[in-house]
Amino acid sequence: MTTTEAPDLLHRILDYSSRSDPYPLYAELRETPVALQEDGSYVISTYREIAGILHNPHLSSDVRNLSRPMPGAEERATPSFINLDPPEHDRLRRLAMRHFGPPHTPGLVSGMAPDLTNIVSSLIDDFAGKEQIDIVDDFAYPFPVTVICHLLGVPREDEPRFRVWVNAIIDSINYDPKTDPKEKLDNGVQATKDLRQYLGGLLEQRHGHPGDDLLTRFANDDGPDGRMTDEEIISTANLLLIAGHETTVNLITNGMLTLLRHPQVLQRLRDEPDLVVPLVEELLRYEPPVHIIPWRAAYSDITVADTVIPKGSQIMLMLASGSRDPDRFGDPDRFDPDRQDNQHLGFGSGIHLCFGGPMARLETQIALTELVRRLEGPRLVADPPPYRPSPVLRGPIHLPIEQS
Amino acid sequence: MSSADTLEAFKRDGRIVIVGASLAGLRTAEALRDKGFTGSLTMIGDELGEPYDRPPLSKQVLTGWVPADGTVLPRRRDIDAEWLLGVPADGLDLATNHVHLADGREVPFDRMLISTGVRARPWFVEAEAALDGVFVVRTREDAEGLQQAMAAGPSRVLIIGAGFTGSEIASICRERDIAVTVAELAPAPLVGGLGAMIGEVAADIQRAHGVDLRCGVKVTQLEGDAQGHFRRAHFDDGSTVDADVAVVALGGIRNTEWLRDSGLAVGIWGVACDAGCRAFDLNGLVTDDIFVAGDVARCPNPIYEYRFISLEHWANAVEQAEIAAHNMLSAQADRWPHLSIPTFWSIQFGINIKSVGVPTFADEVVVTQGSVPDHRFVAAYGYQGRVTAAVSFNNAKWLDHYRQLIETAAPFPPPCPTPDTPADAKPVPVDFPGPTLLAQGATVVVTGHDPGERRVTAMRQHR
Amino acid sequence: MKVVVDLSRCQGYAQCAFLAPDAFRMHGEEALMYNPNPDDVQREQVLRAAAACPLQAILVDQLEGRDAPVEATPS
Repeated sequence: MTTTEAPDLLHRILDYSSRSDPYPLYAELRETPVALQEDGSYVISTYREIAGILHNPHLSSDVRNLSRPMPGAEERATPSFINLDPPEHDRLRRLAMRHFGPPHTPGLVSGMAPDLTNIVSSLIDDFAGKEQIDIVDDFAYPFPVTVICHLLGVPREDEPRFRVWVNAIIDSINYDPKTDPKEKLDNGVQATKDLRQYLGGLLEQRHGHPGDDLLTRFANDDGPDGRMTDEEIISTANLLLIAGHETTVNLITNGMLTLLRHPQVLQRLRDEPDLVVPLVEELLRYEPPVHIIPWRAAYSDITVADTVIPKGSQIMLMLASGSRDPDRFGDPDRFDPDRQDNQHLGFGSGIHLCFGGPMARLETQIALTELVRRLEGPRLVADPPPYRPSPVLRGPIHLPIEQS
Repeated sequence: MSSADTLEAFKRDGRIVIVGASLAGLRTAEALRDKGFTGSLTMIGDELGEPYDRPPLSKQVLTGWVPADGTVLPRRRDIDAEWLLGVPADGLDLATNHVHLADGREVPFDRMLISTGVRARPWFVEAEAALDGVFVVRTREDAEGLQQAMAAGPSRVLIIGAGFTGSEIASICRERDIAVTVAELAPAPLVGGLGAMIGEVAADIQRAHGVDLRCGVKVTQLEGDAQGHFRRAHFDDGSTVDADVAVVALGGIRNTEWLRDSGLAVGIWGVACDAGCRAFDLNGLVTDDIFVAGDVARCPNPIYEYRFISLEHWANAVEQAEIAAHNMLSAQADRWPHLSIPTFWSIQFGINIKSVGVPTFADEVVVTQGSVPDHRFVAAYGYQGRVTAAVSFNNAKWLDHYRQLIETAAPFPPPCPTPDTPADAKPVPVDFPGPTLLAQGATVVVTGHDPGERRVTAMRQHR
Repeated sequence: MKVVVDLSRCQGYAQCAFLAPDAFRMHGEEALMYNPNPDDVQREQVLRAAAACPLQAILVDQLEGRDAPVEATPS
C-alpha cells in the first residue's frame, strides 16, 4: 500500500534542530517503510526494504534516470562511479580498485597499519599541555586527511584550499530548492569546478612519471581494462578525496562520543583492545557516518513492500534508520559491542558498498584504541556536542573534551 | 504423561544418534545442543578424524596452498558427543531402534539423523580404476593423492567429466601450468547443471585458458603400463590421449546401501523425507523419529511443484541441519519446513559462478544483466512463465534480487529492463541433455488390494 | 586456527581479503579462496576480516584448545 506520510516528518529529520538525535524520528518514519513524499519522491526507512532495493538491478544511481532533473545536475561534471550504473560503474570501480585493493593490490590497506598508528600517536602527542582537546579539529579531521592526501598524492599543505571546496560541496548535497537559498547550490557547483580544476592540475604532472600514489598509478595504468580518461581520473580522485576523509571524521568522532557516553564500554576497550574490532562494527550500526543515501532513481517500476515506485521516481534511502530497525536488530537502540549477527548498513550494500570501507575500519580501530589508551579520565565538555549541518554525512562539528 | 512432558523428558534424557559425521551431521549436533538438548548424542562416521570441509579439496588443496588435513571444520560450540569414527553403519532396525555398525556393535537411539552423504562415483572398470594415477576427489585422502600427483609434474592430466568438480580441477591444472584434457559426454561443460547456453560460455572459458576440451565423447578405456601406472585413455571415437593422471569426476553415489533393509524410502536418489526432514518409510508414510539431512536427503520443495529434489549443495546441508535439529526437538505443531531457495557456487578460471533456485527446473533462460563475452552476467531461468532460478558469472551481488523473484513467482522473462540489460536479450530454450528431475526408473512395486492392505516393496534389481 | 566461509552467502565484497590478505585471497574479481587453517600469527587479522564480512559468512572456531574427539578403535 502506498501511504502518504505526514509531509513534515522528513523535513523535521532534515532540519538542523534534529541533528543531535534523529533516531526517534527515524522510528516514526519506519511506521511507513516506503513513504511517498509531496514532491513525488519515496523515502525507504526499514532494514529489509533498504537491503533489498540495494540489490535490485532496477535501482539506478545515475541522475539522468530521474524524470525530474536534479537541481544543478547539468552543471556538474562527469559523474564518478558512485553516481553511475553497470557496466560503466563496474569498469571505473574496477580500474580504481586495481590500485587500492584485492585482487590486484591486496596488501595495501593492511600494510598501512604501522603508518596509521604513527600518525595517530603523533596527533595524540600534540594533545600534551592542552586544557581542552577538540577531538574533531585536533584529531579526527587531520588524521584521515593526512592519510588520504598521502594515498592519493595530494599535497597535505593544500588542505586549507580544498577544505573550503569540500565543505561547500557537502553543504549542497541535500540542497532543497524550497527551503534553501540558491546560493547554497551555486556555491556547491562552483566548488566542484574549483576542486576538479585543482585535481586536474595535479594530474597533469603525473603522466609519464612513476610513483606510488593513486593519481600517478591511475595516470599510468596499463591493465586489462585500459586506462581511465583524465576526466574519469579527476572524477574518481574527487570522490576518493572527499569520501576518504569526510566519512571517517564522523566515524571516529561518533565513536569517541559514544564511548564517552558509555564509560563501562570505554573501560572495557582500555582493558581488552581486541574489543575494538566488533565495537567499530557496532558503531557503524549505531552511529554511522553516513545516514542517508539522498537519492537514487527507479530505472523501471520497482515494487518495494507492496508499493510500486514508478519509473523515474527519486528514492531516498535512510541507512541509519535501517540499522536501528527493531524488526532486524534486537534492542536496536542499545550500543552493544558484543552484538552477534551485526549485518549493519553502515557502509551500504550491493555494488556500491563503500569503496574505502576497509581503510575506514582500520583507521577507526587504531584511532579509538589509541585514544582510550592514552587519554586520562576523558570527559565530554558538552553533551550533545554541536553538529555539522549535513543530515547526510552526520557528525559533530566539534567534540571538546577534558582530561583529569 | 502429556506429550509436552514426553518431549521435555526426551530433550533432557533422550538418545540421539547421528549417522554421518560430516557437515550436515556436525551442524545438526551443534544445533541440537544450542536448542537445549542435554541427552546423549552419538556421532557415527566411516572416516577417521574430526569433521572436515570438502569444497576446498578441489580448490585450495589442489593448488598446493592448503594441506589436505587443513580443512577441519571450525566448531560453533561444544557438542559433548560420543564419537564412533572409522566404522561405517551397515544397518538400521526400526523395530527396535538400533543402528548396526560394520564391526558388529549396535547403537540404540530414540531419534536419529541420517546424514551419510555421497561418495565419488568410481571409474566403472575396477582394474582400471585401481591403476596408479587414477583419482576421484571426495575425501581428503583423495585430494592429498591428487595434489601430490600434480606436484610431481605430470605431462598431462585427463579429467573425465566436465561438471562442476571436473571443471574446477581443470582450472587448477591450468593455474599450475599443467596440460589438461577434459572429456565430457555432453555437448559442453556444466550442461547438466546449467543448460546449453551457459555450457557454451563455460566451454569458451575453458578453451581460452588452454584446456584441451573434448565434448560429445566417451572415455572407453584407461590403459596402464607394465608398472600398473595409468598412461593412456581411449575414446569412443577411436582417438587416444596420453596422460599420467586421470581424474574421474562423474558425480556421486548416495550412501544409502546400508538402509536397504531398513524399511525406509531409499534408492539411488537418496532417502526420501518431508520438508521437515522426517524420513518416509517405503510406503510413503512419514516416520516420526528418523530424520535426514544433507546430500543424501531428497525432499519435496513446494516452490518446485512439490517435486522431490536432492541437492548436493553446502548451504543445503547447513540449512537442513538446522531444520532437522529443530524438528527433532519439537512437537508436531511447532515444526519447521525447509523452504529456503537453493544456492550454489563454483570457483573456476578466476570466475565466481553462483546460482539461486533450481536451474534444472526450467524451460527457458535469458541473460538479464551484463555481458556474456566479458564473462560478467546474470541469466534468469524460467519455467512456464515464472522465474525459477538464476545464475551469475562474477555478478553475485545481484542474486538476492533474483531470490526474491523466485520466492514471489515473478513473471518470466522479467519484463523490466535494468541499466545493463543486453540489447539482444531474448529467452532461449534451456536445453538440458536429459531428464534430470524426473523419475530415474522405478524402485518399488505396490502390492495388496484393500486400502488396509496396500503396501510398497522395494525392487532389488536397481544399481 | 580453523575457519570456514559460507561461500553460498559470500558476494565477493573482498573485505576479508583487504584485512587479512594472507588468509583470504581473491581469485579474479569476485571469487574467494581462503585458507581454512591459517597460522595462529594471523589470528588478529583473521578476526578483523570475520568481523568486517558484510554477509557475516566467516566462521572462526569458537572452541580454542578443546580436546579432539575420541576416535573409534575398530575392534
